[in-house]
Amino acid sequence: MSFLKVNHLEKHFGPTRVLEDINFELEKGQVLVIIGSSGSGKTTLLRCLNFLETANQGSFSVGDEILFDAEQTYTDKQIREKRLKFGLVFQSFNLFPQYTVRQNITLAPKLMLKEKQLTAEQRKESLAQIEQKADELLESVGLKDRQDFYPCQLSGGQQQRVAIARALAMSPEILCFDEPTSALDPELTGEVLRVIQSLKGGDRTMIVVTHEMGFARDVADRVIFMADGVIEEEGTPDEVFGNPKSEKTRAFLAGVH
Amino acid sequence: MDIVKMWQVFWEKFSNPDTLKIVFGTGLINTLLIAVLGLLIGIVIGTLIATVKVMPKYKLLPRVLDKICSVYVGFFRGTPIVVQLLLTYYVLLPLCGVSFGSLNTAILVFGLNSGAYVSEIMRGGILSVDSGQMEAGRAVGLSYSTTMMKIVVPQAVKNILPTLGNELIALVKDTSVVSFIAVVDLYKTFQEIGNRTYEYLMPYLFMALIYIVLVALISLGIKWMERSLRKSDRRN
Ligand SMILES: Nc1ncnc2c1ncn2[C@@H]1O[C@H](COP(=O)(O)OP(=O)(O)OP(=O)(O)O)[C@@H](O)[C@H]1O
Ligand SMILES: [Mg+2]
Repeated sequence: MSFLKVNHLEKHFGPTRVLEDINFELEKGQVLVIIGSSGSGKTTLLRCLNFLETANQGSFSVGDEILFDAEQTYTDKQIREKRLKFGLVFQSFNLFPQYTVRQNITLAPKLMLKEKQLTAEQRKESLAQIEQKADELLESVGLKDRQDFYPCQLSGGQQQRVAIARALAMSPEILCFDEPTSALDPELTGEVLRVIQSLKGGDRTMIVVTHEMGFARDVADRVIFMADGVIEEEGTPDEVFGNPKSEKTRAFLAGVH
Repeated sequence: MDIVKMWQVFWEKFSNPDTLKIVFGTGLINTLLIAVLGLLIGIVIGTLIATVKVMPKYKLLPRVLDKICSVYVGFFRGTPIVVQLLLTYYVLLPLCGVSFGSLNTAILVFGLNSGAYVSEIMRGGILSVDSGQMEAGRAVGLSYSTTMMKIVVPQAVKNILPTLGNELIALVKDTSVVSFIAVVDLYKTFQEIGNRTYEYLMPYLFMALIYIVLVALISLGIKWMERSLRKSDRRN
């Protein structure tokens, strides 16, 4: 059974249809890469999954829980719980400038802890866990030595690695990346792509929107090509990159290379 | 009276230890208390109003709150502060049966009044913060209000610090109307000197000088703050 299921998802802004009848499935631990030209709706799709936009039609589920169904209305509290299933790494990092690298990672977990009813003992233990997790995350994105820096003191690549660690700190089931290297100088993209590559494996499910075709082919288990708000083609990397069926996919891939 | 004589009369009265004590110990302190505490209250109220103003308006509650805030801001920006002082001190508080003391009333009214102005400044500040900040906060699971208070507002405050300094300058000068409700402020103490000596030119000139010095000091503070903020922006 698939882990993530997206059914008939539609999104329009006023009269503009941005997503039309989006259907796909993803297994646990798999990496889905979404490619497609500018304006094809890739960002909007990720934002719908992360509850930053509300889709007009359709539903999606993670595991056996229906997370979103356009027929239903959800309270703010429900949405906050649901969106924790997903993590999102933005194109423009969006780190919190007034907090250090370490604080950027621990801020949300700590604030969430405050909302819970816990004994002093439990609280202390949870805090220790948060700090320990931050240590591990800083280690895994290679920024342990920069933990007390402020975002503006870091390079773009380093900032994006912090943003990845920040998203992972909430232990999302599915981590989404929206063109994580598009805002970076070419010589800095490598370090970020390597971190994403290193996250693959085990149970970590990821959705990556990217224009880096070499990387896409390397890291993907599944590839979706989007055009004008629809899924034009879907398959394994070999199928989509090696032997594209759709004329549009072929034209897009020819344009990128 | 010639100028020299006027000065002598003024100075004799002014340099008396009792007068000095009341001018600087009471008048100046009250003026600063009202302006500074008023601004602090104004920042708290203004932040709350601004948060309501920038809230998404899909639901009923934010829309109702928004209307209430508009009425509040409309009243305090639409009426002279003297009217607000008189209304509160001679009508509203007696009606409610509370006596609050004239100084406290002045601080309260200046706080409420500056809340209306600060709300507009703060709203601009919040809108100047990149919308990605709110989204990033929401994406890691924080609530709207937590994201606002912990992430967006601190950045907004940093952006508007110089403007808040100007608000403080305006407040310092506006405090000169509090003698309407019998608060002894800087203006009142110099008026008293005039009343005693039957000569008002020198006291009022000297008072103007003190206001100018106060405003200049605050301006210096703002400049210094702007410079150190720019430095912290330049780090990257
Ligand atoms: N808030 C909005 N209001 C109106 N239209 C929008 C909004 N957000 C996105 N759109 C439109 O939806 C379409 C898809 O945008 P989206 O950002 O999802 O594309 P994308 O595939 O991520 O493109 P890119 O590769 O440039 O990032 C675009 O035509 C865009 O103009
Ligand atoms: Mg996009």
